[in-house]
Amino acid sequence: MELFWEGIRKAFELLRTLDPEVLGITLFTLKVSLLATLASLVLGIGTGTALALGRFPGRRLAISLVNTGMGLPPVVVGLFVTILLWRNGPLGALQLLYTPSAIILAQTVIATPIIAGISVAALQQLPPDLALQILSLGASRTQMLWLLLKEARLPLLAAVMAGFGGVISEVGASLMVGGNLKGSTRVLTTATVMETGKGNFDMAIALSLILLALTFSVNAALTHIQQRERPR
Amino acid sequence: MTALLDVEGLTLDRAGTRVLDIGALAVEAGAVLALIGPNGSGKTTLLKTLASLLAPASGRIRFRGEPLGPRPDGYRRRVTMVFQAPLLFDASVRSNLESGLRLHGLPAPERAARVGEAAARFGVEHLLDRSARNLSGGEAQRTSLARAFALRPEILFLDEPFAALDPPTREALLDDLARILKETRTTTVLATHDQMEALRLADRIAVLRQGRIVQEGPAQEVFNAPADAFVAEFVGMETILAGRVAATAPGEFQVAAGGRLLVAMGGAEPGAEVRLGIRPEHVTLLRPPGDPGSARNHFPGTVTRIVPRGPFFKVELDCGFPLAAYVTAVSLEELGLALGSPVVASFKATAVHVLRT
Repeated sequence: MELFWEGIRKAFELLRTLDPEVLGITLFTLKVSLLATLASLVLGIGTGTALALGRFPGRRLAISLVNTGMGLPPVVVGLFVTILLWRNGPLGALQLLYTPSAIILAQTVIATPIIAGISVAALQQLPPDLALQILSLGASRTQMLWLLLKEARLPLLAAVMAGFGGVISEVGASLMVGGNLKGSTRVLTTATVMETGKGNFDMAIALSLILLALTFSVNAALTHIQQRERPR
Repeated sequence: MTALLDVEGLTLDRAGTRVLDIGALAVEAGAVLALIGPNGSGKTTLLKTLASLLAPASGRIRFRGEPLGPRPDGYRRRVTMVFQAPLLFDASVRSNLESGLRLHGLPAPERAARVGEAAARFGVEHLLDRSARNLSGGEAQRTSLARAFALRPEILFLDEPFAALDPPTREALLDDLARILKETRTTTVLATHDQMEALRLADRIAVLRQGRIVQEGPAQEVFNAPADAFVAEFVGMETILAGRVAATAPGEFQVAAGGRLLVAMGGAEPGAEVRLGIRPEHVTLLRPPGDPGSARNHFPGTVTRIVPRGPFFKVELDCGFPLAAYVTAVSLEELGLALGSPVVASFKATAVHVLRT
């Protein structure tokens, strides 16, 4: 137990003095995960909208696939993205493996189905005649889609939370495609794994606390917006 | 005179079944046409097709004499539809009333003027800054109607806009809508399964059954001279009798039914099989022996059933033939009616309608 309290004490010391290494890893993690969430938002809402409102053969199957993808194990994603970016792999020429871009790519693959799946549900819970009502008020197809997404904004916020929460806390894919290179591809989770392995519990606890605080504050902000807007 | 909207040979299929098969239908400018029929008769589908929210499988829709193209976006901006559910946006009432105007690209001052006018018409001015989420059912439907009226549509399509409202709310809104339609002379197509609603709002009525129009004509005509037993039953003609023309005289004839002779106005072939319809509100019940007054039909009978029907009762009689009459609760008591009571039913010859089939 003493190991734990000693770790906590040193962790607060690292945080209080704004240890440059800890700070660097934190900022980098935020940057990577936010970019991945942003990319997933565009891809996920696009896919979700097409699946929820489109009428084409194979739509149900595609929705099942997306729902399955919501629980995609990060290590599997890590494996496939690694193969994709491997020196003589399909995208090997881009030389992206073990770069921040590789992490963003892998995290986008993880978060896109999460956001797409929730978007499908969000749009399908709108009244079925709402799209027709919007058209009959004089909207173009594009205006109609925009207004529908606007009506589904609260569950879509939940999609953002789930997507961001998914990528900032995953470790498998980031480790495999990023390589946990110091000063280049080290994120909070991969650093925590490494420091724990080395027995540097103070550092590991400090990193974990930051991770907890980050996920908590982002979710708290989104929840706040959602609760304020929630129907009575 | 060409109709504002007319359709020809309109069909629509869903999952291999023909759900709409409209030979011809026209809506005159400034008129209110009610589409009535039971649930599943295709009213909503026809309305959505007319509003170009559904594409027909075949047929032609013409607006002001011009056929609509395959993507009639221009037409869709000149008409609008109000659904059974208010389908409001999750925003303020004001923003809801503005939504269509914004989509039409109207400048802000014009929008504000139109919103004010529509809100005043439907009595929702005091709600303008309220969130649409916190409205009662009646307020929400008023907002939905005001949103449609703000667009000043050339044709307004209404799909059972009162169906989900409680009776007092519905009565108030029905009164207001009847007045507003009259004032604005908005060409309207209204779908409803409620015959009284149709009678109050519509100039003409089209009766739908399984996607087809079984009768179309002036509202009073459809009510008083239903084309067949289906329409008769649907418009509340409770008594439908099969009989044979027994005798004819100038301007009137007698029909034998259940061993009695009924007098009806008009002409008929002696010996012809006919079906007669009698509206329950046209039958008077009297304590025996009863004074026939000027009524030509006068039959003693016994009460077989008493059914409460909201503010009044439907009394079913056996007069040799079955007959239904509406009486108020007060009359029911004054006449001392109960199952098996003897009673005299009286109705005018003009209350007996001959159904075409």
